[in-house]
Amino acid sequence: MRLPCPICGPRDSREFIYRGTALDRPAPDAGTEAWEEYLHLRDNPAGPIREFWYHHAGCTAWIEVTRNTATHEISDAVLAGGEGAA
Amino acid sequence: MLDLTAKTPCDGLLPVSHGPFTLTEIVPKALTSIAPFKGQAGAVSDTLQSAHGITLPSIGGATGNGSVQAIWFGQGQYLLTGPAPDGLDGIAAVTDQTDAWATVRLDGHEAAEVLARLVPVDMRPAMFPDGTSVRTLLGHMTVSITREGEGYRIMAFRSMAVTLVHEIAGAMEAVAQRL
Ligand SMILES: [Zn+2]
Repeated sequence: MRLPCPICGPRDSREFIYRGTALDRPAPDAGTEAWEEYLHLRDNPAGPIREFWYHHAGCTAWIEVTRNTATHEISDAVLAGGEGAA
Repeated sequence: MLDLTAKTPCDGLLPVSHGPFTLTEIVPKALTSIAPFKGQAGAVSDTLQSAHGITLPSIGGATGNGSVQAIWFGQGQYLLTGPAPDGLDGIAAVTDQTDAWATVRLDGHEAAEVLARLVPVDMRPAMFPDGTSVRTLLGHMTVSITREGEGYRIMAFRSMAVTLVHEIAGAMEAVAQRL
């Protein structure tokens, strides 16, 4: 599998470390339920999912990838820190 | 004070040659990582231009030549080889890396065939021309590889110098056997 790093271009997946589903972090006072869900509960969709990958052996950017778990098609990859982060 | 004998990272390991391929050590005068502060890349580039005659390279590039060179070194990072930089106070994070890296140079017709055994990026001259640079893997090590003329400058952490030489020399020998 190759991942399209927004900085380096398409690169072999062995250059990346998987860093989990890309979730929106709850507010500090969002409550126990919201935080339990954020920490422990994951959907397991057969379809598009947003996930973080860390380009540890390349530019060292964190990227947010939209990948289809059923087909492995990658439809989007952006810098997790925003476009200004290059 | 004790008078210690300085050893280069690849002391006793290089040079090595197999068939048309040679691997030699490069010992830069100084290595300095430069991470421009937010919005200051232009100012850093201008400063390097007036102090050392080179600009910051673009992503995946290198500027300058043998004695003074700036290499793209990752997201928002550059490596200056040669002189220690002047005048970057307040516009960049500057770290001396001189003793942190082992630097080797691989030469020889079709040296890309050697790297093809070790590196998951296309190193053929058509895809990786003079003046390009990547951060990638060599075996299991993270490295920086820069095309310089007909050869490749390869940098790995100094603590991995023995492994770096072992991996490349092994691939040189294997490819040379098949020529
Ligand atoms: Zn990258």
